[in-house]
Amino acid sequence: MAIGIKVMKRPGGQASYLRATLKGMALTFSHLWRPKVTMQYPEEKSSKDWTLSPRWRGTHRMLTDEQGRAKCVACGLCPQICPANCIKLVPGEDEHGNRYPLIYEIDEFRCVFCGYCQEVCPEEAIHVGVHYENAEYSRDRFVYDLERLCAQTHPVSTLWDPSDPKGE
Amino acid sequence: MTFFLVSSVIKIIVVFTVIMVGVALLTLAERRICAWMQDRLGPNRVGPQGLLQPAADGLKNLLKEETLPAQADKVLFLLAPAMSFVPALLTFAVIPFATPLPTPWGDVEMVVANLPVGFLYILAFGSLGVYGIVLAGWASNNKYSLLGGLRASAQMISYEIAMGMSTVAVLLLAGNVTLSEVVARQAQSIWFVFPLSLAYFLFIVAAFAETNRLPFDLPEAEGELIAGYHTEYSAMKFSMFYIAEYSNMVTASALMTTLFFGGWDIPFTHWDNTPPWSPLKTVLTLGMFSLKVIGFLFVYIWVRWTLPRFRYDQLMALGWKVMLPLALAYVTVIATAIWILHEQLGWTYGTRFALALFGLNVLLAIPLFFVLDRGRIVAGSVAEERA
Repeated sequence: MAIGIKVMKRPGGQASYLRATLKGMALTFSHLWRPKVTMQYPEEKSSKDWTLSPRWRGTHRMLTDEQGRAKCVACGLCPQICPANCIKLVPGEDEHGNRYPLIYEIDEFRCVFCGYCQEVCPEEAIHVGVHYENAEYSRDRFVYDLERLCAQTHPVSTLWDPSDPKGE
Repeated sequence: MTFFLVSSVIKIIVVFTVIMVGVALLTLAERRICAWMQDRLGPNRVGPQGLLQPAADGLKNLLKEETLPAQADKVLFLLAPAMSFVPALLTFAVIPFATPLPTPWGDVEMVVANLPVGFLYILAFGSLGVYGIVLAGWASNNKYSLLGGLRASAQMISYEIAMGMSTVAVLLLAGNVTLSEVVARQAQSIWFVFPLSLAYFLFIVAAFAETNRLPFDLPEAEGELIAGYHTEYSAMKFSMFYIAEYSNMVTASALMTTLFFGGWDIPFTHWDNTPPWSPLKTVLTLGMFSLKVIGFLFVYIWVRWTLPRFRYDQLMALGWKVMLPLALAYVTVIATAIWILHEQLGWTYGTRFALALFGLNVLLAIPLFFVLDRGRIVAGSVAEERA
């Protein structure tokens, strides 16, 4: 017999189940009064047993500076690293020579939520968010443009740091 | 005559409505109690505490698509849900549920039909219930359904015998098969559950098997037979089987109440079971009856969410090798005891009579559990290892 297999003791003859039945019924009856573990979702979104991890990687958010402009400098690193090729970036340049994105779109359906865009961003502009309620009425609403990315308010992910694996 | 007709029609409508509403609430109770036993909350969204959930379920079932398998026997397929549903309701007709209600036109007996052969009627209609299930299994033209139907017929016929035998003792003690007389006899002195405890034990096990409830729900057996006899049914026809199952539970609980727990009798008092009748008495005894029935329904649900299903050979072995011989032997012993007490000692049914029989039951219970437990008094489910 292979190692590590637990061999259960089986009843010798046919066993009676009277006492087992009564024990079982006492157990189920006691459970009637115990606190329930159900989290009533739309009203309760987290409980003491369960909260969304701060490392959760959900739909994106673009951070903005004090003037409300996107922090993005259109360096092109995020579309370069994106394994799903879901970021569309067309760079532009203003009269002072500052680069900014003319078009910045993320197709959330193509996105695999790897978080590389956030890791690679030198300006800490694009982030994946701690957020999961994304229902929409049509598919084209899932291509987030720059305006929409900037308008998101949910918290951003604290990505896993290899030098600090437990997040301390 | 007019009075009889009018009062009967009113009683039929009221009893039918109450049972249907009760069955609807029972489906909710089942789901919520099951959830509580599993540390969940259960359906609590539709209406306060989920009370409108049955209405939502009913609406859903009415609006769903009716399917008809191409190879099914159409007539029987359509007939089967009704066949299982109707006997479940008909059985309730002979169960007395309160003291008579006085009206200006005379007393109204609180039983739909006070048949002199009440108990035999129940046995007859109880056996009819299996037709619906067998026909459903056969008409579906599906091997799993057929297996479910076959199991149902074997199971119901096996346990019917034990059930009938266990209640013979009740009839011996009551000296009458009219259920209102059975109740009256218990109301005068002690409920039959005490002098006939073992009969009650046998009856409750057989009743679980008769209503196809866990641990005896082999006709459905979702793990092995998909859903057994109602695999091919959809929408309201499927619902009908559920209504039938729950109506059967209500009827079986009402039967236990009537035969062993004094029916509508309020314990420790006698003012409730003697004329003159009054509406207050009717309401109180009706409340008592409902309370007892609800208690048994809770036991049904409680056992269902505690025990796993029997294996098929275990079920048959229990039915034929344990329940039937036990019931037969018990009837013999009790009949002898009653004969001795009644004919030789000249006692009539009363406290002394009941206590003597109760003592006999305790004496019988010890060897019974010894035999059931193969040589030990109530062992655990795991005995010594087989060599």
